[in-house]
Amino acid sequence: MGDPEARDASRTTIAFWQMAVGLCALSLWQGLVALKLLDPFFVSRPTAIAQRIAIWVIDGSLWRHLAATLEESLLGLVLGAAAGISLGFLLGRSPVLARVFDPYIKMLNAVPRVVLAPLFLLWFGLGIWSKVALALTLVFFVMFFNTYQGVRDAERVLIDNVRMLGATERQLVRHVLIPSALTWIFSSLQTSLGFAMVGAVVGEYLGATRGLGYVISQAEGTFDTTGVFAGMTVLGLVVVIVSAGVTRLERWLLRWKG
Amino acid sequence: MMAPALEFDRVSRDFALPDGRLYRALDQISFAISAGSFVAIAGPSGCGKSTLLNIAAGLLTPSSGRVHVDGEPVDGLNRSATYMFQQDALLPWKTVRDNVALGLTLSGVTRAEAHARADAWLARVGLAAFAAHYPSQLSGGMRKRVTMAQNWIIDRGMLLMDEPFSALDVHTRLRMETELLALWESRSADQPPPRLRRSAVASANAESLALQETGGQASQAGGDRETGGRAFQASRDRKTIVFVTHDLEEAIALADEVVVLSAGPAAHVVARHPVTLDRPRDLMELRTSEAFVDLYRALWVVLREEVIRSQRSAEATRG
Ligand SMILES: Nc1ncnc2c1ncn2[C@@H]1O[C@H](COP(=O)(O)OP(=O)(O)O)[C@@H](O)[C@H]1O
Ligand SMILES: [Mg+2]
Repeated sequence: MGDPEARDASRTTIAFWQMAVGLCALSLWQGLVALKLLDPFFVSRPTAIAQRIAIWVIDGSLWRHLAATLEESLLGLVLGAAAGISLGFLLGRSPVLARVFDPYIKMLNAVPRVVLAPLFLLWFGLGIWSKVALALTLVFFVMFFNTYQGVRDAERVLIDNVRMLGATERQLVRHVLIPSALTWIFSSLQTSLGFAMVGAVVGEYLGATRGLGYVISQAEGTFDTTGVFAGMTVLGLVVVIVSAGVTRLERWLLRWKG
Repeated sequence: MMAPALEFDRVSRDFALPDGRLYRALDQISFAISAGSFVAIAGPSGCGKSTLLNIAAGLLTPSSGRVHVDGEPVDGLNRSATYMFQQDALLPWKTVRDNVALGLTLSGVTRAEAHARADAWLARVGLAAFAAHYPSQLSGGMRKRVTMAQNWIIDRGMLLMDEPFSALDVHTRLRMETELLALWESRSADQPPPRLRRSAVASANAESLALQETGGQASQAGGDRETGGRAFQASRDRKTIVFVTHDLEEAIALADEVVVLSAGPAAHVVARHPVTLDRPRDLMELRTSEAFVDLYRALWVVLREEVIRSQRSAEATRG
């Protein structure tokens, strides 16, 4: 682990440089626009974007759209995880079923999700469910493959040991197979969450009445580049904040890994 | 005459090779191990020792032949045995305490009691301070000790051990061997931790204990067998230990009897030799004693042939 003081020091140094890189990029952008080397019509400018975000915060529209996007992502994540984990477990435990389903799963996974979006709009309407469905299809496969791996790769010797210690089939699932799958699932939480948000935003972009994707598409429709960049900035910030939370959760859940 | 604790009856085992042919790992293995004895199975690497032990555990079925435990044919897992595997088999997501308590919680002992007994065992193996650690935070030797506690806490009549200490450095290994013998040689009645659960039946059994100790007839203790007496009876005596190793020195130092397997394919028993060294044994001194060295020489002559054969066949398959 090393000296904690040294680690803290390096952490502040990193944070400093992270800020520095961001500020430099923003100043450069602002400067180039001010010097008329870049046209704000095409690329907007950082101060205008910040202003726009501030307006959204004050008039409350930001929260409404953000809430929609987060709700869809979360529902997609939870439902996709539930479906993916269940099927992963089932096929992980039954090699025969796994072989039967293998070509279908590969086929479905090969379908680009954007292609599905209009279909979902048709089936589930403009409301949140078409976005949830899109997020779900993205999360499902990540979760499925990771659970499947986790169950299949549960170390033989752990299973044998627990069985020798008297475990029933159910206890085996509970004490070995689920924890083993969970380690895979947790380590894919970042990816899954990212996919869920991509699914939700793309869904909103293609047809919705609320959400960050909707905001961005509206702005694009009126060549409002400031609005587009403001929407993208909010989305990026949310992802950074959420994934920091997920990292901490993951570290806690997998604390037994030395 | 009591049935042997473990009996192999013409046990053979084949494995399918990738090209579809069969590889005969074990061929017609027959021998019996009497209850309460410590038997070491030695043989060159890859001869089929783990396979044989897995068959004894019921984790693997023989291709032909049968295995009897206490006179009964093994059907499914061998419920009279626990198994110390060569690899690390602690659950990495459970604390040391939960790992030790696992056998108890699986059989429905309450968490509080299981933890209390696990802590007693951890104290016994010198790891009381590490109860809340995870296995990844322990050294290899410490993990072996946790595994020992995990296996001894459920107190079955038989312990199967597959090269349990082979991954340890020489000194740690010597210590673990000493601790193993101390555990095995100490009669269960002197051990506080495994006794806790049976405090209720302890007084009822005190009588049968006394009877056995003075050579009284077993039939007089018959009534106790119905209650807690059955499990107690087994733990009364020493466990039966089947200890697999490729190290002849270790085999002789620990066991009452050494069984030498031939090199594979078609490994079979090439020698069985009783070890009559006195107990308790001082492992620090034992290896230089004359009796030990004589035994070692006698058995090494046999094992050496097999080691050479196994190296030759390994080279043949490589070349
Ligand atoms: N599951 C298996 N499939 C195919 N071959 C196996 C399998 N398990 C063991 N073997 C083969 O059987 C032989 C004996 O293996 P093992 O019992 O592990 O030997 P040992 O424990 O004495 O080193 C080896 O040649 C090994 O390759
Ligand atoms: Mg082996």
